[in-house]
Amino acid sequence: MPSRSEMTYVEAPIRAFAVATMFWGVVGFLMGVLIASQLAWPLLNLDLPWTSFGRLRPVHTSAVIFAFGGNALLCTSLYIVQRTCRARLFGGNDMGWFLFWGYQFFIVSAALGYVLGVTQGKEYAEPEWYVDLWLTLVWVAYLVAFAGTIVKREEPHIYVANWFFLAFIITVAMLHIVNNLALPVGDGSSHSYGLAAGVQNAMIQWWYGHNAVGFFLTAGFLGMMYYFIPKQANRPVYSYRLSIVHFWSLIFLYIWAGPHHLFYTALPDWAQTLGMVFSVMLWMPSWGGMINGIMTLSGAWDKLRTDPGLRFSVTAVGFYGMSTFEGPVMSIRAVNALSHYTDWTIGHVHSGAMGWVGFITFGALYWLFPVLWKKKGLYSTRLADWHFWIATLGIVLYITAMWVSGIMQGLMWRAYDENGFLQYSFIETVAAMHPYYVIRWLGGVLYLSGALIMAFNLYKTVTQVEGSQPAAAPANALAAE
Amino acid sequence: MALKIEKDAVSGTDTTGHEWDGLRELNTPLPLWWLYTWYACIAFAAVWVVLYPALPISGATGLLGYTARGALPAQLAAENAAREPMRARIRAATPEAIAADPTLRAFAVAGGRIAFANNCAACHGAGGQGATGGYPSLADDDWLWGGELADIHTTITHGIRNQDSEEARLSAMPVFGSGILTTAQIRDVTEHVLSLTQRATDPAAATRGAAVFTENCASCHGENGAGNPQFGAPNLSDQIWLHGRERAQIMAYITAPRMGVMPAFSGRLDPAMINMLTVYVHTLGGGR
Repeated sequence: MPSRSEMTYVEAPIRAFAVATMFWGVVGFLMGVLIASQLAWPLLNLDLPWTSFGRLRPVHTSAVIFAFGGNALLCTSLYIVQRTCRARLFGGNDMGWFLFWGYQFFIVSAALGYVLGVTQGKEYAEPEWYVDLWLTLVWVAYLVAFAGTIVKREEPHIYVANWFFLAFIITVAMLHIVNNLALPVGDGSSHSYGLAAGVQNAMIQWWYGHNAVGFFLTAGFLGMMYYFIPKQANRPVYSYRLSIVHFWSLIFLYIWAGPHHLFYTALPDWAQTLGMVFSVMLWMPSWGGMINGIMTLSGAWDKLRTDPGLRFSVTAVGFYGMSTFEGPVMSIRAVNALSHYTDWTIGHVHSGAMGWVGFITFGALYWLFPVLWKKKGLYSTRLADWHFWIATLGIVLYITAMWVSGIMQGLMWRAYDENGFLQYSFIETVAAMHPYYVIRWLGGVLYLSGALIMAFNLYKTVTQVEGSQPAAAPANALAAE
Repeated sequence: MALKIEKDAVSGTDTTGHEWDGLRELNTPLPLWWLYTWYACIAFAAVWVVLYPALPISGATGLLGYTARGALPAQLAAENAAREPMRARIRAATPEAIAADPTLRAFAVAGGRIAFANNCAACHGAGGQGATGGYPSLADDDWLWGGELADIHTTITHGIRNQDSEEARLSAMPVFGSGILTTAQIRDVTEHVLSLTQRATDPAAATRGAAVFTENCASCHGENGAGNPQFGAPNLSDQIWLHGRERAQIMAYITAPRMGVMPAFSGRLDPAMINMLTVYVHTLGGGR
């Protein structure tokens, strides 16, 4: 490979994104622990509007998905696209810094709105029109920077990670704009009224909501997986052909699956059927990514014992496989009749969010921090080991508690006594769930503790005094600024 | 750029010859188990689309003729048919007759329990124990509007001081603090009310209050404060206090009473369910 030593990559904004990922991760997990404790002990709502579960829950979901996940995606995609294209970021440092501060401003203004009661009331699309407009601007700049870098690439082919990142950026732009078409209710009002109404609004919302999962939390993080697992394992990607087939099938099928959020509603039957069958067909395309991730380790399994970052990445792929099997199962109408509106859904989401999104990000951060700050390695692999086992135990507690709680809840709702009367009242089902809410809270506390250990470890990695040679840098690394 | 296809030493598979930042890819064929499982999913989807409605065309219900809207009435009809024999007997009987028949009574208590939990417990508590702030206990024998089966049936059917039913139970205690009585008179009558439960500390004030009570309160609460279910007037000579037993609470209530409201359930629950609920509430502990 010809090396152009005069070229420098944009790195300072990427370091900022890496720190922001860690910071918002801790904030998001902390909010999760807080609202989990509110569910277990309602007194902690404090009887104040600003601290009530209803307002803090979107703070948690947005902090985890958009702040933690979003910063992780921006960080890794901008890092990866430059190196796999051998091209400096389109727009340079200024573009990088605009994306960084623009995105942080979006996060803070969205969260402030939630706490003050300014919300569209649409799940995962809560920010009001003025925040949406700002995010649109930042996102279009992101697309320009990313696509511009690909256009001016020095490599003849586009690496698989970049297909996924590009699909994620384009689709999220489309979802965001269509689902947030709204008019302010009056001059200078922070509130708005959506363009679509009734079941059309519901369908657009869940077309958005499901593909936020499919493109933000799946495609984007698969892009991350396709760079860091081969890097950490130092092995070629298992199958180029599989990556092509599962990429195109994944993005084609995912976009149709949204109606499975609206079974047994006013949504027409035909749309419900399509939502279900597309979800079932999505199973193997999702698993294509898992196979490529795990099989890439062939010949390098021993590294799992020594590299905690790789262990996070591979466990993430395992959780990815589990939740992308669980998803199609739950999308079958008869299963959904039991699972819908129960904690099972919450457990499903969290095995994906904590296990897949969280762990693949942790793996990437453990790899990136020493590289970005030119250190030989992590401050402590032992602490990273502790993080791994504490966080894994936390996830297991969380998702098993929600499985038991959710299935119990669904069965209690539909139980009849021998006279044909409902067996349980609603409040009895709530009382029965209390122990599982406490276990879930404990799982969250463990997961948060692991993240705090990681934050400490990464902080020490950056501040430790040692030689200035990067240890994990690739053999043909280009000079970085 | 020329491709540089290599053979991977571990798997024996060729690479594609591309390289990015040190990353390469193997040209491994698709795993067959993966491919065939995917084909099976697609076949399942194809069959499902033929069997169930999958086209945005009115009347295109698929081979099974299924619609969610069509399936619901059939399910409801089946459920109702199974329950109708007992419900018909319950509907036709009076609450007294239901309570006297062991079979009907057991059925009514089972149905009333779940109806109570989903309709009444929010105010009256899961066990009918009531709650502070004016939600009466239904588990004791102190009844504002009467504790016989017929009284309970009327209260559930029409409710209290609501806009739902023209036959709702009505009564209003005057706002004595709005110029009807002076503060001194209210203090005196409070002392008298306390004396009904042997808690007065100022005999002179209690005596003065007795005269105020006779003139203003006795018409509803009775000369000795025993109450009157005709007006929903509570007994003031027992230990049960809906809005608080302390001197300050009693004084505040006389000054500005808060009249409780209960919705009418005639439009919300069918007559058979109201009968069952009546019998259930009567069994909570205090039915007369």
